[in-house]
Amino acid sequence: MVERSYEKFFRQNRLPHLWCPGCGNGIVMKAIVQAIEKNPAYTQDNTVIVSGIGCSSRASGYMDFDTLHTAHGRAIPFATGVKLARPELNVVVITGDGDCTAIGGNHFIHGCRRNVDLTVILFNNNIYGMTGGQASPMTPLGKKATTAPYGSVDRPFDACKLAEAAGATYVARSTAFHVQHLVKTIEDGLNNRGFSFIEALVQCPTAYGRRNKLGDPAKMMAWMRDNAVMKSAWDKLPDDKKTGDKFPIGLFYRAEAEPYDAAYHHVQELAGGAAK
Amino acid sequence: MSARLMQGNEAIAEGALKAGVRFFGGYPITPSTEIAESLAKLLPKFGGTFVQMEDEIASMGVILGASLAGKKVLTASSGPGISLKQELIGYASAAEIPAVIVNVQRVGPSTGQPTAPSQGDVMQARWGTHGDHSIIVLSPWSVREAFDIAVKAVNYAERFRTPVILLTDEIVGHLRENVELPAEVEVYPRRAPKCSRAEGYEPYAPDEDLVPNVANFGEGYRIHVTGLIHDDTGFPSGSPKVTREAIKRMHDKISRAADEIIEVHQEFTDDAEFAVVSFGGTARTAYEAVLNARKRGVKIGFVRLVTIFPFADKIIRELSKNLRGLVVAELNFGQIVNEVERAVAGQCPVKLCAKYDMTIFEPEEIEASIDELIAEVNGNG
Repeated sequence: MVERSYEKFFRQNRLPHLWCPGCGNGIVMKAIVQAIEKNPAYTQDNTVIVSGIGCSSRASGYMDFDTLHTAHGRAIPFATGVKLARPELNVVVITGDGDCTAIGGNHFIHGCRRNVDLTVILFNNNIYGMTGGQASPMTPLGKKATTAPYGSVDRPFDACKLAEAAGATYVARSTAFHVQHLVKTIEDGLNNRGFSFIEALVQCPTAYGRRNKLGDPAKMMAWMRDNAVMKSAWDKLPDDKKTGDKFPIGLFYRAEAEPYDAAYHHVQELAGGAAK
Repeated sequence: MSARLMQGNEAIAEGALKAGVRFFGGYPITPSTEIAESLAKLLPKFGGTFVQMEDEIASMGVILGASLAGKKVLTASSGPGISLKQELIGYASAAEIPAVIVNVQRVGPSTGQPTAPSQGDVMQARWGTHGDHSIIVLSPWSVREAFDIAVKAVNYAERFRTPVILLTDEIVGHLRENVELPAEVEVYPRRAPKCSRAEGYEPYAPDEDLVPNVANFGEGYRIHVTGLIHDDTGFPSGSPKVTREAIKRMHDKISRAADEIIEVHQEFTDDAEFAVVSFGGTARTAYEAVLNARKRGVKIGFVRLVTIFPFADKIIRELSKNLRGLVVAELNFGQIVNEVERAVAGQCPVKLCAKYDMTIFEPEEIEASIDELIAEVNGNG
């Protein structure tokens, strides 16, 4: 029997999950707990998982930590409150492309700007899955959605570039296909004292793939395999080769900056209340 | 202790601090900003945290996260900001998270008349967020009472695990009075679990007073908190029975303690034939009007709602049995008058004295309403 030591991180009585067959969310959820397992500073009792609303955000309910399933788009403000109230707690945010970059877009950039010590994992399925397949700010141009029946004309966000520009201190992308890489990427994000942002591309065969004739879940994952290019290779690629569906994965940005809780601790010292 | 000259808004900050608030999230808006400014200075002195968020929604989110992590929390705003906060006021109701929201009312709707006084957010305070929910709404009429009510609001938020709206107005918020603040106040501590995880702890199982003892994050209980309808375990449930019981309990936990929560300030009501009902800053003018009318020999009482919601149905109903008529004075188009009429249930005439022109009442205006009411009741109106 294969030892599944990570299983203790799940609330077994809450499983099976509600995601569709072939959905990539479970892969990322498992990668998160595997990354947590590798980090002795993160325990089930000192780690809080905060999520918004949508398919990905249901993950919090399955994970055996203190978990907070907030309102649509608002995971980062709630997580900021938890972290600033109890800086000794580790706070991980689970969000989706609609949750994080549409309704929660303002909170996202300001969380990055403050460099709040959170690890934010965006499950990017390129669609609003829970509500049945509406276009999100990360639906690629031309792709179909129930609210973009002729193909999306809205230019999509590159959430990683957005995070970097807004001030996040760890920015990376991986996919549900590149599981080992995904675990390592999240692990590094957990280790960064500051705002860590990880975009994890996931397949949504039901609400996105089917409508766009992307094939079965395995085929959608093969597409990730065939089109994801490691950052080091991507940087060497001439611009005329960065075409079609090709996209970079890996670590995009890392910087040293004081996390917000430490910065505010200085305020408490200046005011004379740091020891209280 | 020596007297200090301070604003209503500053007194709210002081009261909240005294009651144990150690976390404030906010966004600048007149006429509430002094609360944020006071706490930006005071909180770090007490090891607390002040954070200015990117918007009003985030300000609510950040305090709810901090409350779940064990801090007593406060936010403050005015009309346009309070409208934005409604989303997560509902979350605080559903997930039973203690939080105090101060609304220093100004003229609305929308940007309205910044930042002139109004009492136009009364029904929003009760029903602003969507869905059935309970709420506690308190309104002070003086700087000193603003302090006391801030303490009370924090205590009620903790005791009932509910959002509490401290509904003040620009009149009281920006009023400066000499006040003596108490050195100590009674503080309701954060509720704590009564059994361990191993003993089968359920975070949303109601205690005898129907309020759950939800554990703080980071204490090893590994609880789940959601805005979805949930059962005692805290996890979502699609059952009609659970839904019915959850919504009913949220109401019952406050309504069964209503007699304790409801505070009505009455003067001259023993011999009164008539009375003026008012609240907040308007009550200051109403009091003057009542004194003036009594000097002229009118047997009129003064009734001030300190607790706006739950509404003082019983007190108003009992009072109206012995009255020949009531004037309701409020700085809006007529909101609390509907609650008064409902409570009075036709036992005496109710006359609205409304004002919505961005200026506060003059005592003469309320006196004129009193005289009109009397004339109408006497049949020569």
